[in-house]
Amino acid sequence: MIDRSEQRILMGNEAIGRGLVEEGCTLAAAYPGTPASEILSSVVAFAKETGVALHTEWSVNEKVAFETALANSMSGRRSAVAMKQVGLNVAADPFTRAAYLGVKGGFILIAADDPGPHSSQTEQDSRLFAHFAKAPVFDPSSPREAREMVAEAFALSEKYEIPVVLRPTTRVCHARQNVSCRTPVPREQKACFEKNPGRWVATPQFLTEIHRLLNGKLDRIAEEPAFNPVLVPGGVARPRTCIVASGVAFAHTSELLDTLGPEGRIDLYQVRLAYPLHQPFIEEIRKRCEKVLVLEETDAVIEMQLGPSGVNGRGSGDVPRQGELTPDVIEEILRKFLDLPAAPAVSAAKKGIRPSLCAGCGHRAAFYAIRETFPAGIFPSDIGCYTLGMNFGAVDTCHCMGACIGQGAGFYHAYAAGGADFPTIVVTIGDSTFFHAGLPGLINAVFQGARFILVILDNATTAMTGHQPTPQLGIRADGSAGRKVFIPDLVRACGVRHLREIDPYDVEAFTAALKEADSFIRSPEGDIAVLIAGHPCIVTRAARQTQAVFAMNITDVCVGCRACIDAFECPAILFDAEENRARIDQNRCIGCGVCMHVCTTGAIKA
Amino acid sequence: MKQQIIISGIGGQGVLFATRILAEAAVERGMEVLTSETHGMAMRGGTVISHVKVGPFTSPLIRTGQADIGLFLHAGNLEVHRGFLKPGGVIYMNADKDGDAEAIDATRIAREHGALVIANLVLLGFAVRQGRLFCDAATVEAVLNRISPDKQLAMNLEGFRLG
Repeated sequence: MIDRSEQRILMGNEAIGRGLVEEGCTLAAAYPGTPASEILSSVVAFAKETGVALHTEWSVNEKVAFETALANSMSGRRSAVAMKQVGLNVAADPFTRAAYLGVKGGFILIAADDPGPHSSQTEQDSRLFAHFAKAPVFDPSSPREAREMVAEAFALSEKYEIPVVLRPTTRVCHARQNVSCRTPVPREQKACFEKNPGRWVATPQFLTEIHRLLNGKLDRIAEEPAFNPVLVPGGVARPRTCIVASGVAFAHTSELLDTLGPEGRIDLYQVRLAYPLHQPFIEEIRKRCEKVLVLEETDAVIEMQLGPSGVNGRGSGDVPRQGELTPDVIEEILRKFLDLPAAPAVSAAKKGIRPSLCAGCGHRAAFYAIRETFPAGIFPSDIGCYTLGMNFGAVDTCHCMGACIGQGAGFYHAYAAGGADFPTIVVTIGDSTFFHAGLPGLINAVFQGARFILVILDNATTAMTGHQPTPQLGIRADGSAGRKVFIPDLVRACGVRHLREIDPYDVEAFTAALKEADSFIRSPEGDIAVLIAGHPCIVTRAARQTQAVFAMNITDVCVGCRACIDAFECPAILFDAEENRARIDQNRCIGCGVCMHVCTTGAIKA
Repeated sequence: MKQQIIISGIGGQGVLFATRILAEAAVERGMEVLTSETHGMAMRGGTVISHVKVGPFTSPLIRTGQADIGLFLHAGNLEVHRGFLKPGGVIYMNADKDGDAEAIDATRIAREHGALVIANLVLLGFAVRQGRLFCDAATVEAVLNRISPDKQLAMNLEGFRLG
């Protein structure tokens, strides 16, 4: 048969976005987070390109995104919500009840995991979370397969009225592959919410029965022939032995066995639906095989369902219990399992350059002033580009989205217990993170009488994940205008009385504001002081064009004290060890001029 | 035809765009392709690497000692990513002098043409012209014509031809 579809190179996240548009998704909501960020922007782009009308939104956080998509599904319309794995922690409350009450229109939760991790604060396995929440979960091994699973997930979700999870990992999200693109098929999906209090309100008296029904659904899904793991036969060389793999670990394993030639001939099964695992498959493997190796990321989800005993995997110590299953790691496991000689040892590579705030980043100026003003301070911070403030000692904690405000209050209560003197606590949080989970913490801190300085690093975007707009920008995901929600209004509404807005490029003014804030929090009537450090992200060309550009250079007055290197860490300032002096890298300097304030000898000039 | 290529650089040098060009060039020639990229925090000036696998592969990642060709936009990354190359693998490097790699000073050339951002294309042009990559210059130019934003097309083509 001739493939009449158009082949395009798509990133895994784009393939998922394309699949959602082609399969008739009517609402897609998300909060950005690596490795999931490009899914929603792809939905927007492909909907525009194919003339499909659907509602897309960057929600304020994952919980809100989930609930918005859920109600669209309850109205009988196909819906999707996308987030990174730790975003699912934020959406855990609606998620864990969703399978119980079920859905109407097909509902897909895309939770992107990050084994490694490359860009996350945990290595948690969303398939294990899906198991906990009793929702079926697909585990794609490639962008193309992730696209196909969108169709399967919608169909499964509608057949059983159950939310379905699609769990790609970083290596699927950020892989690119040629993928077939098809024309979206229009489908009638008029909103029709059928009231049913026993289901949608479900007070505890209804829950045991609802739980029984859910368990029945899962038992039936585990019998669906479509989800019987796919066998790649390996011939008769290794009887009663097989490998069971899923996700990108399957893709690595399949290729590795190929390269091993005749010695790599072994039955290999690909699990596509990781939970519930196909029940007849479990029985067959237990009966037929004496030796089974399970390769999956990141926890033992398939292994747990296949075992518990008689499986080579994490439980037996054959597979590492942490870190990414890279092809190199899998090769070592395979060679051991197949009794082949080990591959030659690889000498450890040198570590690369660590990331750093961009040259000219407003966060750097704010962090510099904070640390210089309060050398003995405690600096709770949060998740975003500004976590990089740890490189120069201006970030002491980073826990989860919005945690810094609760932690700031906690540090205050710890030190001030019994009326003791307390160090100045300066909490830093980004604008998008403040909207996401900062607000409840601020209300609580004000009400509980905590005393600290909160600096909202407002760069007018969600920079780290690719510049998604925040509610304050007034631009929605599809580019349309939304009513702006202003951070200063929110701060005042939380009960904060001391609020200043300063551009951190003005290091003197910002330093003065920090000192004034410290006096306020220590005064008899003081509590929380908030500074909004506003400077647009300079990665945006438009932002750079609005600011003055200084031609920076370092004169011979430089004594090589390294203050600008160690305390400021601007990537545009290099140290010339031969001449024991600092130099400006003109290729990288954007001429912000902030480093003039840093030089101890006045050698840095505009 | 199977070919495994790594592109190594630091965040902001255009490793992702160079990756996309090679992937599109594979499709242009009717070949299967798989790539893997670095996103997230490392893009803020940290070390980044892309893997490009042209031909019938299933895994998006290149194993240690398996890459046929390495494109290095940042010479300092040689010590970090050299291990991906197979013995006899070819290295094309953005550097001002030849070491054990074939080098072109792409940064200087790009700066002299007033657009530092095209250093990635200068190196790519240089690499393609050595004749060992799976694609030729005409294929890459066809890709650039197709995927470059209108405003950047002329500059991208110029960068590619300078290499």
